[in-house]
Amino acid sequence: MKNKAAGHRRKFLKSSVYIGVSAIASSPFIQRCSSKEPDKEKKVKLLTTDGTLVEVNQSNLMKMSHQPASPKEARKGIPGRHFVMVVDLSRCRNARKCIKACDHHHQLTPDRPFIKVLRMQDNKASSPYWMPKKCFHCDNPPCVKVCPVGATYKRSDALVLIDNKRCIGCRFCMAACPYSARVFNWGKPKPQSTDHSYSPETSVPSQIGTVEKCDFCPDMLRQDKVPHCITACPNGALYFGDQIADSVTNGSETVRLSTLLRDKAAYRYHEELGTEPNVYYLPPSDRLFPFKEAPEGQPS
Amino acid sequence: MAKDKIFLNDQFNQKVEKDLLAHLLPNKKVGNIFIFVLLAFILVGIYAYYRQLRYGLIVTSMRDYTSWGVYISNFVFLVAISLVGSLFSSILKLSKATWSTPLTRISEIIAIAAIICASVIIIVDMGRPDRFINVLIHGRIQSPIIWDVIIITTYLTISVLLLYISLIPDLAICRDKLTDAPGWKKWFYKVFSINWHGTPEQNNILHKVSFMLSVMVIPVAFAIHTVTSWLFSTTWRPGWDSTNLGPYFVSGALMAGAAVIIVAMYFIRNALNIKEYLTDKLFDHMGKLLVLLSLVYLYFNINEYLGPAFKMVGVEGEHIIELFFGKYASMYWLVQVFGLVLPIVVLVFAWGRKPLPMLIISILVLLGAWFKRFLIVIPSLQHPYLPIQDVDESYRHYIPSWEEWAITFASFAGCLLIITFLVKLLPVIPIWETKKEEGNEPKQQEV
Repeated sequence: MKNKAAGHRRKFLKSSVYIGVSAIASSPFIQRCSSKEPDKEKKVKLLTTDGTLVEVNQSNLMKMSHQPASPKEARKGIPGRHFVMVVDLSRCRNARKCIKACDHHHQLTPDRPFIKVLRMQDNKASSPYWMPKKCFHCDNPPCVKVCPVGATYKRSDALVLIDNKRCIGCRFCMAACPYSARVFNWGKPKPQSTDHSYSPETSVPSQIGTVEKCDFCPDMLRQDKVPHCITACPNGALYFGDQIADSVTNGSETVRLSTLLRDKAAYRYHEELGTEPNVYYLPPSDRLFPFKEAPEGQPS
Repeated sequence: MAKDKIFLNDQFNQKVEKDLLAHLLPNKKVGNIFIFVLLAFILVGIYAYYRQLRYGLIVTSMRDYTSWGVYISNFVFLVAISLVGSLFSSILKLSKATWSTPLTRISEIIAIAAIICASVIIIVDMGRPDRFINVLIHGRIQSPIIWDVIIITTYLTISVLLLYISLIPDLAICRDKLTDAPGWKKWFYKVFSINWHGTPEQNNILHKVSFMLSVMVIPVAFAIHTVTSWLFSTTWRPGWDSTNLGPYFVSGALMAGAAVIIVAMYFIRNALNIKEYLTDKLFDHMGKLLVLLSLVYLYFNINEYLGPAFKMVGVEGEHIIELFFGKYASMYWLVQVFGLVLPIVVLVFAWGRKPLPMLIISILVLLGAWFKRFLIVIPSLQHPYLPIQDVDESYRHYIPSWEEWAITFASFAGCLLIITFLVKLLPVIPIWETKKEEGNEPKQQEV
């Protein structure tokens, strides 16, 4: 019994050594190499980051995408995709976890969040409700139309992104956006820790004098993951998915987009403006929570 | 008889030259104090801009909702002022209103000064002025900002040409007569009068070119302010969602332009002591012109507000209430009453068209014009479609910071400095058009 445990431990230690070696070996181009017994496979010699020469089986090599897409690559959409978001207003109780997750991943300060949760009331007779608001990634985007330098652009996968290395800070897009989705770096952004170079797909690092906004986290989408806000929502109010695949998920359930939109009578804000948003809202009826006003101290 | 007339004309012409060239010789210190004050304003503005470059636009009071502030409203004001050049050197000239001839050069000088300062201010408003080159590298012709860049450079070019072409004969007079001017001035007159001797052939070319330019400048002048209005009406904002905005801006600009000419006339005729040329009669004409332009602007004002105020649609209605009864109400009504209604009332009377009342009214018109543009830009930005929530309280208000004021005043000072410099360098009244010559009907007589 003891022996067996010791053997396990030895095995564990042995494998962790291998993992250690493999971690060293993971230069920007290699993700992992396994601890398989050496056989007659072709080997590849690699130089680790600390200068040690190692030998790895070729079959164990995997290309990894380490850097996010460059500003040039980020102008092309992910082929065959059309991203949409659905917000179920009946499930939002202003928990603000989406804002927190977004602020964390985009390294934002609370004074310029990409997501706002608005207290909406359509008319005096109906109850107020909370409306999480991001960029609507319109199919007919006013911001893209007015940008003088093409710093903000529309991609084939429906995303509207900003290249903050090209933005001249004229703020015409902010004036044009009817949903006030955009924020500006009025001062120097707080120092951001990142080992990646700038990409419009991560919006990090921010630059003084340029415009920013919700980007639908394309770096996550490239890894077939959903944006951070979706997984952060404790109530599953936010769905994200692909219109072409006709499916959206809120992290716990995956549903058919067309069915969801049809059955719940989804709508978009200010349809009459002709902006064709890619964020749908499900009406705040049959709510999970009764409406409660925001606590003191929360900016409103 | 004919000989007598020629003799009288000669005498008159000599006097004209003497009077209108007098200020180009080294003269009194009064102007120098004025220049010193202007330079002081500009230096403070430069310091404010240095702070803005160092810390970012955070030194302004602009924030995410009020993302455009006095820089943009001041830009619109300066572009409006610049329209005056085309009004005098083209619209009035082509409609044969000869009384306006003494004012053409002043108006062209003001136009150029205003358009230069407008271009500077728009660069000051940019978050990344260091990337201005991107406008040329990545410029998208679909964007109204690119339209504005193109039209401003075109208008500036034509305005400089208009000023210069009509200056050539006068520069030749300066070259011939101002023998005791400082060396650099003499050099300037000699080089820029490009060997003008008033031969029939030269005159012919001059008339052709200036006629062509004065026709060309009309569509460009209308375009410059219409495009500026499109910067607003092409956005998805309730307060700017108006097809009226183009003519509304142009008519307001012509009115402000006439007012600025009156102010300039008043000070120039006192400073240079040329009351014989900028006569009371000329003020009377300008007063009538200002009434006409004010009435046109009044019409477009009513047109701009009546529809939305009648319907009171959603956010548009809230915006109207804010202007009429809300936090901008006092500014709004002061502007409308003192900047628009009062001038019309006062200037229809002959006593109102005397120089001093005209000066006061014109200053009111200019103040009104400046604050009107503030009222066009800022309250609309504070009324977006979705409510302003979840932001710091400071995002809901906009009171310009000292840096913004300093830069705004510096832009006025810069404008005045360019005007002062040109007035000290050039004859402010076109001498060759004032002189009586055979075949060149005297224009002063009709004043």
